[in-house]
Amino acid sequence: MLTGQILTGLAGASVLFFIAAGLSLIFGVTKIVNFAHGSFYMLGAYIAYTLTEAFGASGLGFWPSILLSALAVGMIGALAEITVLKPVYKAPPLFQLLVTFGLVLIIEDLTLLVWGPEDRLGQRAPGLSGAVELLGTQIPSYDFFLIAAGPVVLGLVWLLLNKTRWGILVRAATEDREMAAALGIDQRILFTGVFFLGSALAGLGGALQLPKGGADLMMDLTVIAPAFVVVVVGGMGSLTGAYVAAVVIGLANTFGVVLLPQATLVLMFLVMAVVLLLRPHGLFGQPERAERGHTPGAGYPAAGAMEKAIWSVVLIGALLLPLAQDDFILVLATDIAVAALFATSLHFLLGPAGLVSFGHAAYFAIGAYAAALISQQIDGPGMEIALASAPVLAGAAALLFGWFCVRLSGIYFAMLTLAVAQIVWSLCVQWTDLTGGDDGLLGLWPSDWADSRMVYYYLTLALSLAAILLLRRAVHAPFGFALRAGRDAKARAEAIGIDVMHQQWLAFALAGAAAGLAGALFVFSKGSIFPDEAAIPRSVDALVMVLLGGVGHLAGPVLGSAAFTLLHDQLSRFDQWRLLLGIVIILVSTLAPAGLSGLPAMIRAFAMRRRI
Amino acid sequence: MTRTRRQIAAGLIATFAMGSLALTSMHGTANAADAIKIGEINSYTSLPAFTVPYKQGWELAVEEINAAGGVLGRPLEVISRDDAGKPGDAVRIVEELLSRDKVDLIAGTFFSHIGLAVADVAKRQKVFFMAAEPLSDAMVWSKGNRYTFRLRPSTHMQASMLAEEAAKLPAKTWATIAPNYKYGQDAVAAFQRLLKERRPDVKFVAAQWPALFKIDAGAEAEALAAANPDAIYNVTFGGDLSKFVREGSLRGLFKDRTVVSLLTGEPEYLEPLKDETPDGWIVTGYPWYAINTPEHKAFVNAYDEKFGESPKVGSLVGYNTFMSIAAIIEKAGSTDTEAMVDAAEGIEVSTPIGPITFRKSDHQSTMGAFVGRTAVQNGNGVMVDWRYANGADHLPGPDEVKHLRAGN
Repeated sequence: MLTGQILTGLAGASVLFFIAAGLSLIFGVTKIVNFAHGSFYMLGAYIAYTLTEAFGASGLGFWPSILLSALAVGMIGALAEITVLKPVYKAPPLFQLLVTFGLVLIIEDLTLLVWGPEDRLGQRAPGLSGAVELLGTQIPSYDFFLIAAGPVVLGLVWLLLNKTRWGILVRAATEDREMAAALGIDQRILFTGVFFLGSALAGLGGALQLPKGGADLMMDLTVIAPAFVVVVVGGMGSLTGAYVAAVVIGLANTFGVVLLPQATLVLMFLVMAVVLLLRPHGLFGQPERAERGHTPGAGYPAAGAMEKAIWSVVLIGALLLPLAQDDFILVLATDIAVAALFATSLHFLLGPAGLVSFGHAAYFAIGAYAAALISQQIDGPGMEIALASAPVLAGAAALLFGWFCVRLSGIYFAMLTLAVAQIVWSLCVQWTDLTGGDDGLLGLWPSDWADSRMVYYYLTLALSLAAILLLRRAVHAPFGFALRAGRDAKARAEAIGIDVMHQQWLAFALAGAAAGLAGALFVFSKGSIFPDEAAIPRSVDALVMVLLGGVGHLAGPVLGSAAFTLLHDQLSRFDQWRLLLGIVIILVSTLAPAGLSGLPAMIRAFAMRRRI
Repeated sequence: MTRTRRQIAAGLIATFAMGSLALTSMHGTANAADAIKIGEINSYTSLPAFTVPYKQGWELAVEEINAAGGVLGRPLEVISRDDAGKPGDAVRIVEELLSRDKVDLIAGTFFSHIGLAVADVAKRQKVFFMAAEPLSDAMVWSKGNRYTFRLRPSTHMQASMLAEEAAKLPAKTWATIAPNYKYGQDAVAAFQRLLKERRPDVKFVAAQWPALFKIDAGAEAEALAAANPDAIYNVTFGGDLSKFVREGSLRGLFKDRTVVSLLTGEPEYLEPLKDETPDGWIVTGYPWYAINTPEHKAFVNAYDEKFGESPKVGSLVGYNTFMSIAAIIEKAGSTDTEAMVDAAEGIEVSTPIGPITFRKSDHQSTMGAFVGRTAVQNGNGVMVDWRYANGADHLPGPDEVKHLRAGN
């Protein structure tokens, strides 16, 4: 039994390693957080399914089919890099994430169109379809093949990176991208090559897991979080680290299944949180090198008279909206106001503080659940007390978790916030007595005086606006200046006496409190709350809104959330809305690499050039 | 100067957002004036394996109803929307269907939490809601309300059907495996309780909880084998089920053990297994290929003619949902919500698998499921030795329902 668990864990680790290795390579060289990596894994599985169904009856057809699938996915990855990622390399850091999110949507819909909705069960590998008895346990022979394949692929990639000129260039670029560029290494070809290799590895993972499972339309999203966990636990950019981490996570999973069957939802994230707290750069990672000639982030000048005038017009428009006599407009506008506050709170971290959070939904959900539970306990002014206490409680939670998170930086910070969010999510799911579990909490409508859609819309507008203005004020206060100083030049900021970590910690709590208010407003507009609001898609939606709007301008998150909510609402009327939304997101991001709020500056620059 | 221009452009973008808000108010009014409008909502993009057959099922029903002259002389018009698997989106879409499309009732939903969120809106706004697929017992019991009805046999009902069969087995020690979320937890709790009522001598020796759609099948199979139970109760489905079946078979987990498995006989989950379908599992499902009543044959033929494929359980659920709605409106004589609710309580509807009743006590339909054993025929997984388990036999009586629905 022990042998069985160990071998199973190692076999699972190999598949996880293929995916994580590709992700790590791509991030190491291009610094792109590639959300579409799971989609390439899914494509690998589907393509391999089709090929092995056609040719895979014998080993002669099966193994080439697997390799061919990996190559095909590599080509698709390279093609995606050339067509949609190239145009946004000059954009601010992290913006490429938006493009990869668009790719996820497009690939999901195309896969559904090509392969249909049914789950596909893969073929067993010819010659390896049976089981071998070992110490009294039956072990599938394919597991032994997978266990061997992991280190073999690790060895091959190691040889490629260490013994070929191309590999040396890749390592140089991973180590110090600017220096590599300064030495005349053509980054364009290098990036395409890395994307080919990374995607091919993901495709290989998808193809090789086929005999153990199959292909379905949810594979892309189920694998992406574990892949990031493995990469981060191992240390970004370290292949050996990725392998060791895959083994650690694989074994933790298989033993967790025996020892703590209920913990399957969070185990991996708990492991990651512990590793990151002990080793802030993962098991084998190097501290992230501060880039030389680092361009300072956005400065966020205070609004001029003109901008103020424009916002006044927008506000008057928002106030007059009930005149349209259309309840649904108010429902939609309430959703936008909530989303705008949530996105603005994330932008406060992302922009002025320079902290990328992948788990901001945790505070949205904490605020939402706090509001729901409080209003259920109190008769009468339940909603009012709930709205007042939700930001306090969410802020307190952010203060607690933030203390751990701000000790890390960059992608490690992002992943620790994600781990926290997953822990919060699993609490929402599993603490059934308190949260109602998956069945959620129901019947949470506003107090009588605010029960009409118009009144609740005004209430949401007022509270969101107040909170957004407060965050804006914080950006222009000495606090905001200190945050920006820490973001742009940490060493210098500390030299003049700013405790950067302390400032970031407070910023984290403030952003958490604002997100908590958004969560509370959300609850009473929907009447119910479910664990989904703490889950990864909620955090990702907020990131997409902020990036779509543009990190470089304080109006960005408001524009981004309005545009995203309206787009989603309009496009979801079509059958292939994900495809359309993906295309729109990619088009917008290629045309406006500074986000929607950067458009005016672009238009101005364009007009200037025309005049000359 | 440059600054001003930038700000003007910023303002333009901001007003664009407001403009498109106003624009959305323009469409959605030009429909046939006398049609009965049904707002339909489901998780079409997040769970297409089940919801696409469901949609085809109700499309067939609506086509047949309208070809026969509609209901009360009026055609049915369905406005169908995708909720993207998010309860918040679902609530917004329901608001739009009600306030803008002016639908007469709401139907659909798959996921239990989305079903519950929509049911709560139905309760608040006093709108008729025919929940098609959500399985949670809370839909009709602890969170049930006057305006919500549910068609599909619930977690409790299906678990009860299997507990009845399980009690006949000699097995004394049982292990369970279920996805780690509400449906899995409810399905295990109901089965344990109902089996123990019939067989106080059985013991549950292990419970495995893989994360939904993230099963580590080899490890789960090893863990179950380590507990060495006489029989296994399985609740995993979809991709998790395929992986579990494959790893379990390879590792000899199912040898000399009886497996009792929820929903596994449904074509959605059985068909992908093909010749690897395990032999002799006791399952609930839908053997469409073997039900030979004229009504059912007509349904299969019509479905095949329209879509060129065989029906799944989703197809049957979609078809029955809309046939029930038509019957309810016909009986109510109008689309007035209260009249529809009154008409629906206790109504009998004829369906391809026989008559069903929407119970007055809890608004659950008595649509049942088929219980049988799995087998492989011509390389395909099928159900054999099956019988139809009437839902009415697996639901609590009115007194217990009163207790279950207390407090709502």
